[in-house]
Formats: sequence, structure tokens, C-alpha cells
Amino acid sequence: MSGGSRASSGWPTHAALLVSAAIVLVPVIWTVAAGFRTQISLLMGEVSFSPVPFNFHEVLFSKTSEFLVNYRNSIIVGVASTLLCVASATLAAFSLNRTRWRRWVVQVFLAWTLIFHMIPPVALASAWFTMLRTVGLENSFSGLILAHATLNLPMAIWLMSVFIREVPKELEEAALMDGATTPVLLWNVVLPVIAPGLAATSVLTFVFSWNEFAVSLALTMKQTATVPVAIAKFAQEFEIQYTQMAASAGLAMLPALIVMLFAQRYIVKGLTQGAVK
Amino acid sequence: MAGAVAKGDARGIAREVENADQRLWRWLTLAPALVMLLALSIVPLVGLVVTSFQNVAWVEGRAVRSWAGLDHYRALFSDALFGAGLWNTGLFALGAVTGQMLLGFALALLVSKVSRARVLYRTIFILPILIPGIVIGAIWKLMLNFDFGLANQILGLVGLGPVDWLGDGRIALLSVIMVDIWHWTPFCFLLFLAGLESLPQDVYEATKIDGANAWQELLYVTLPLMVPTIVVTFAFRLVLAFKVFDEVYLLTKGGPGTATEVISFTLYQRFFTEDKAGYGSAMSVTVIFLVCLLLVVALSARRRSEGRA
Repeated sequence: MSGGSRASSGWPTHAALLVSAAIVLVPVIWTVAAGFRTQISLLMGEVSFSPVPFNFHEVLFSKTSEFLVNYRNSIIVGVASTLLCVASATLAAFSLNRTRWRRWVVQVFLAWTLIFHMIPPVALASAWFTMLRTVGLENSFSGLILAHATLNLPMAIWLMSVFIREVPKELEEAALMDGATTPVLLWNVVLPVIAPGLAATSVLTFVFSWNEFAVSLALTMKQTATVPVAIAKFAQEFEIQYTQMAASAGLAMLPALIVMLFAQRYIVKGLTQGAVK
Repeated sequence: MAGAVAKGDARGIAREVENADQRLWRWLTLAPALVMLLALSIVPLVGLVVTSFQNVAWVEGRAVRSWAGLDHYRALFSDALFGAGLWNTGLFALGAVTGQMLLGFALALLVSKVSRARVLYRTIFILPILIPGIVIGAIWKLMLNFDFGLANQILGLVGLGPVDWLGDGRIALLSVIMVDIWHWTPFCFLLFLAGLESLPQDVYEATKIDGANAWQELLYVTLPLMVPTIVVTFAFRLVLAFKVFDEVYLLTKGGPGTATEVISFTLYQRFFTEDKAGYGSAMSVTVIFLVCLLLVVALSARRRSEGRA
């Protein structure tokens, strides 16, 4: 009997929860279902329909569609920016929490990450574009990878700081007594302890990069466009292809579904640790 | 008191001399993050400030800059779109975050009361956090479509509507707020559930022995204990709500009229649709200044409330 009276629940609790779950799930399911309909069937508002794979086929394999390229681009940018972001954040978190910086250095650095996190990215995106053009990187992945990595850096640093602070000081001191250098200490002592936290931060960073739209819109061109940029295009056309928009929305949600089913533990850990501590 | 002294001593002993190798690595470990932040925040910020005093024209693919003095900043004061953007963003943030906090708290209370299905519900409820904002825009563009959207179909079943969710200037902002509530209530829910799960159980045992009913338990035990989590969640969500862009871009493009014009969208249009680099920069600098101001106010408010406690 864990939780005593708090675990007791009557039918009103279950009814309210079922309704809430429906409010979350129905729009998603209805949209994916719309991806299996013909445009006519959707526009007529028919309740029952026989599913057709046409839209998915059109989005993925039609000559005019570049969705597979967009998908590949999103994966490249997501993986590379996550690696860059999490690696720099872990090192920075170690530096800020476990080396002898003066207090004001740490405070100024963290305050700046906070301000950077609050600024709408659109306010900086045009300046980034100008910078990238100056160095000739405006049509490459490196600009967007750097931008995504930096956008997620504040959150990753706060998260990794929480996990680094959980590494027992005695472990570090023992390693230092044995004459370990800083890289050895990081690799052999700190890394094994923070590995679960590192996984949580990485999953979250990848999801945020996959989802990011405003900066991707500003910094990509036709060949480098990511999935959200491609989906936004559907809504801009004169005659919106609603069912293809639904199909591509469904495909864009795949990573979210995979993460929800297989890495939920890490997401919950990442989201709650970062904000509460 | 004695504890504090002992702690101070321990720290004194631990503070050995930092050798050259450790000092080098202190710098090396901070360097990547420092360089990235400097390159993508300080450098562009300086660029924005300089550009905000200039007119930028494009002649044969090259930027021609001329001084504009304070013209752009003066123009901001009479810019109806900028005013509408700030006002709508404020309304949006307050409305959306209040809704998310209330619903998120209610959901967390409900889920904390079930034991067997708790993980299942949590799995379902975190889904909207993981979906790209632009996809959420697409989902609700379909759901709220005037002619065939599920929202109007359901209203039609009970003999109501149809409602022009996104095309009617009086309710478009409310529709966007509702979509944002759908998107981010799960985040508040998750933080509140974690907060509730970490509350001390013995307090509840004592409350039960004292014969408190569910309402009294919520008002006098749960809520006071949850205040820190509530404050942090509120601040966190409010900040992020000010950055809203994706859903608005797909759902309404700021319209109809200026009904859903939010500040990120105003900025985007100045820079990328109208190519007004100078004016857009002045707007960016002003927004960033306002953000810093907001942060100072929030931090001093927190310090004051901590000082009172």
C-alpha cells in the first residue's frame, strides 16, 4: 500500500484522465489518419474512408518532393549538433563546477547562458546569416549545426552541471592523489558516473534540434532544408495539399514516437532535472 | 555555528595549490562552450547594435551602408506592428502559461492518485512536448479548419458552430493560445508530478490522522510545499512563451490583421520578408534589452521573496 490515501482513486479520477488522454491523442491520430485519405474525402468531411497510401508515396518518392533529402538533412544536423553541444556542455559543466574559477566568473557565465536562452532566436538569426555569408558557409550544414549546438548549450550546461555535481568529490580526490591528469580524471572517473545523465541530455538535445524551425528557416536553402522547413512549405502554397501536409507531419513525428516509447526515462529525467534543480 | 566553522576548515584544507596542468585544463574545458557562446551571441550582438544605426541597401549583391543615426529607434515608437507584437506576445504568454499551469497541476494531482496506470498516462502526456512545433501547427491547422476540421465537426454534432477559429480576428489569438496550452501543458504536468512524487509522505500521514479532507490537504499541505516547483515552472514557461514563433508561422502568419502578431514574427518579417536590416536590428536590440530588463526584474523579485522567507 504505497502512498496511503493518495493512491485511492475513484471513477471520476479515471474518467478525467481518460478524457485528457483522448485530448492529447485524438488530434495526433486524426492527423495521421488524414494522411491516409484522399484530398476529396478530407474536404468533404467524410467520417469513414478507405485508407490509401497515395500521400505517403507522393511525399516520399515523387519527383518533385525532397522529403527524403530533408529527412537526411535533419538527421545530419541533429546528430552533429548534439555531439558538439553535449561534448562542449559536459566539459564546461566540469570546468564551472569542479575547477577553481573565481565565483564571479561562474556567475557571469551562467547569467549569460540564461540571457542567451531567453532571447528569441529570430532576433539573432539575421546576424548569424550575415556572419555565415562573410565566411562563405551560408549554404552548408556547418552553420546550422553550430547554431543548433549553441542554442541548446545553455540547457545542456545546466543539465550536465546537475549531473557533474552528483559525482562524489572523494572519487575525484582519490584519482588526483594517484596523480591522474585532468583528461584521465574526466574519462575514467567522471564519465562513467555521469553516463545516464549524458544520455538524457543527448536525447533531449537531439529532439530539440530535430524540432527547431525558426533558425533552420533562416539559415538553410533548398539543398540544406530540414524537415520542419519542408512542412512549413506545404502551408505556404496557394492551394494547400492538406493530406500531403498530414502525411509529412506524420513522418516528422516518428522520432518523437520512438523517443516516447523507448527513451521516455531519459526525457523525463532531462526535463525535470534541468528545471527543478 | 560549529558546523559552519568545520565546513570552512575542510574547504581550507582541500584548497591545495592548483598546478600548471590543472590551470591549463581549467581553461581548455571551458573554451569550446565559451567560444561558441561568444561567436553566436556577443559577436552578432555587436553587429546588430552597429547595424541598428545604419541604413542597409543592396546594390548589385553588395551591402551599401549609410548612417541613419537614431532614426530606426525613433520609428519604433510609432510602429503599430511592433506595439501589437509586444502586446500580443504579453497576452499570449500570460494566457497560455496560466492555462498550462492550472491544467498541468490538475493532471499531476490526478495522475499521482493512480498507481497502476501512472507510467502509461505519463507516456501519453509527454507526447506533445516531443512533437516539432511546426508539426503541431500543421495538426491544428487541420483540426481547426473551418470546413472540414474535427473541431467544427464535433461542434456540429451538438448543434453548435461552425467557428472560424483562425480567421476570426476576435478569437484567433485565443485559438493560438489553446494550441500552445495543448503543446506545453504536458511539460508543466511533468515537473509538477516530479514535485508531488518527492513530497514527504509522513506529512500526509499526519494530515490524515488529524482528519483533514481532500480540499484541506490540497490547500494547507500540498500547495504550500509545491510553491518552489510552481515558481520555477512558471518562470521557465513564461520565458519560453515569449519566443513563440513556429505555431503562429503555420497557423495564422500574424493575422487576421494584427490579431496574432507576436514579436518573433514581427522580427522575422522585418529581416527576411522586407529585408530591412537596419530597422530589424533596432527592433532586435530593443527586444533583447527588454528581455534583459525582464530578467533583472524576475531575479530581484526572487531575491526579495527569498529574503522574506
